[in-house]
Amino acid sequence: MDFLVTHAPILIVALPLVAAFAIPLISISRGGDRGRNIFSLVIFSLICFLVAILAVNVHTVGIRVYTFGATAAELALPGGYMVPVRIIFEVDGMSMFMGIIITTVTLAALIYSLHFLKGQTGQARFYSLMMLLYAGMIGLAFTGDMFNLFVFLEIASIAGAALAAYRTNMADAVEGGFKYIVISAVSALLVLFAIGILYAQYNVLSIAALAYYMQYTPLDMIALGLLVGALVMKLAGVPLHMWAPDTYTVAPAGTTPMILAASYISMYALYRVTFTMYGGLLNTTAIGWLVIIVGVLSMFVGVMMAVHQTDIKRMMAYHAISQGGYMLLGVGVCLAVITDPVALASYGRDAMNGGIFHIINHVFYKALLFMTAEAIFFRIGTRDTNKMGGLARNMKWTAGFYIIGALAISGIPPFNGFASKLLIYESVLKFSPVLSVIAMFVSLVTLASFAKVFYSAFTGPEMPAYKEVKEVPKSMIIGMSILAVLIIFFGIFPGLIVNTIVAPATNALIDQAAYINAVMGAVP
Amino acid sequence: MENIAHNFPFVASALLLGVAFYIVIFRKNLIKLIMGIAMMASGVNLFIVALGYRTGGNAPIYTDVPPGPMVLSVPQALTLTSIVINVAVLALMLTMVIHTYRNTGDIDSEKSRKLKG
Repeated sequence: MDFLVTHAPILIVALPLVAAFAIPLISISRGGDRGRNIFSLVIFSLICFLVAILAVNVHTVGIRVYTFGATAAELALPGGYMVPVRIIFEVDGMSMFMGIIITTVTLAALIYSLHFLKGQTGQARFYSLMMLLYAGMIGLAFTGDMFNLFVFLEIASIAGAALAAYRTNMADAVEGGFKYIVISAVSALLVLFAIGILYAQYNVLSIAALAYYMQYTPLDMIALGLLVGALVMKLAGVPLHMWAPDTYTVAPAGTTPMILAASYISMYALYRVTFTMYGGLLNTTAIGWLVIIVGVLSMFVGVMMAVHQTDIKRMMAYHAISQGGYMLLGVGVCLAVITDPVALASYGRDAMNGGIFHIINHVFYKALLFMTAEAIFFRIGTRDTNKMGGLARNMKWTAGFYIIGALAISGIPPFNGFASKLLIYESVLKFSPVLSVIAMFVSLVTLASFAKVFYSAFTGPEMPAYKEVKEVPKSMIIGMSILAVLIIFFGIFPGLIVNTIVAPATNALIDQAAYINAVMGAVP
Repeated sequence: MENIAHNFPFVASALLLGVAFYIVIFRKNLIKLIMGIAMMASGVNLFIVALGYRTGGNAPIYTDVPPGPMVLSVPQALTLTSIVINVAVLALMLTMVIHTYRNTGDIDSEKSRKLKG
């Protein structure tokens, strides 16, 4: 048990990598498909177990540092050294928060895909890529140095793009995947360029050491600009959102939620850079307002583009951009008042909690919605809402999950979207009432557009073409119900969730010194 | 004069990046776009290798090393990793262009486009 607790950070990244390369081998052996499915599930349950152990550990003892190749895992600074020379994983509240999100979503996606893929070619590669995407995302959440951030970003991008273009017989799928890989390649190279600039000045790559030595010279400002530009492009913030609708629309079932989670991992990297690495050196009021403006633009443009879409997944993809705006709005408000202790205590911290809490809520309900859209596509072979109708007669579970997701995204109690949106509305109202009103207005339009799709797809007279449509297979229902149960649970006990996982994440981002001390503590 | 010679790799990498961005943004041919990304990768790699270069330095191998400065080894390791990753990215992109060509019969980004709005 001690061994598992000590080495959990590396095992969580290494296991999916090993599994990714073992899966094709198992597929070609005797037993084939069935053996592979069981193997993927077993490995992933093991990973879930390790994540749970690590989460409890981080919650009780605080920041965990894992040093590769050191005599003791906690030994970030070898005796006599001034800077950390080894590769480091640094797991704090925020990393663990992202870890919980992507592990849950990947588990649901994996179970959902078991039946969805039945009878298709290239299944082995599908599961391989899924494990690689998971390894890339979880590595990005745990890594403590800038260069590995680039490497894991690239692993996640390559796996994500290959998954988005998985249905290569469809021209639009390849196009969506290609857009994703181009955007990812460009943004990853910009990140690498920024890392080069930072390394040239400080001769260190560890995030904690960079934060410790940071001088905020003009070159650092250029690096910050490059990093922020690249990561905003990767998380699909307006005005760099053009790839998101295309990629989310075409990605096959189960992987759309994972690619969505990959966008929020980029958001995590953005927070890591701005809060932890540059921290107090920034002009926080200006940066805060910049984040608020990007957030409000994303909210508004995303929802306005979503209203008139007829492709069900494309509509949801634009809503994903719009909901991303809420997260940026909450965090931006906190950033704008971070130097003012009174405002920070009265509403800044709540705004940040709301923004962070919204990440987990949004990933869960949007993943559920994408899965219901894919369930419809799985049964009737079209994503066009004008061609659907009366589906609730035969697909009762799917219709029920759609209602849960749609009410959650519109911020209706007792679902989880309400909890985080209320936190954002309340705290933003104290900062600037206009912003709060815009946020509520966007929520209303969201509800309207989901209601519209619900009526055109699920209600109405039975259509002769869809008389024989059946409910989706069991594994897809189980995958969706995991998320639905979590959505309702989070909606009923928001206080519990905020106190146990969201507040530690917020504190981890605001408390820059703790992150630095965990690695650089021994430096005089 | 010596200063210019010393900064030459940085100027070259800036030029490469500039040309690459022009190609990625304005060229419609998907193969040319991939070439642009390859150039961008070369520009960044050149920048990082140039950072670690020390004039008259030795190779960073610790056995029988003559006295004098050593070339910094970390940027070289970074560049090697980055080259390997970029090979994977470019290969994946090329396979996607092949599929695009098979599905639509065109590799012009305007004509092969299916997703709009």
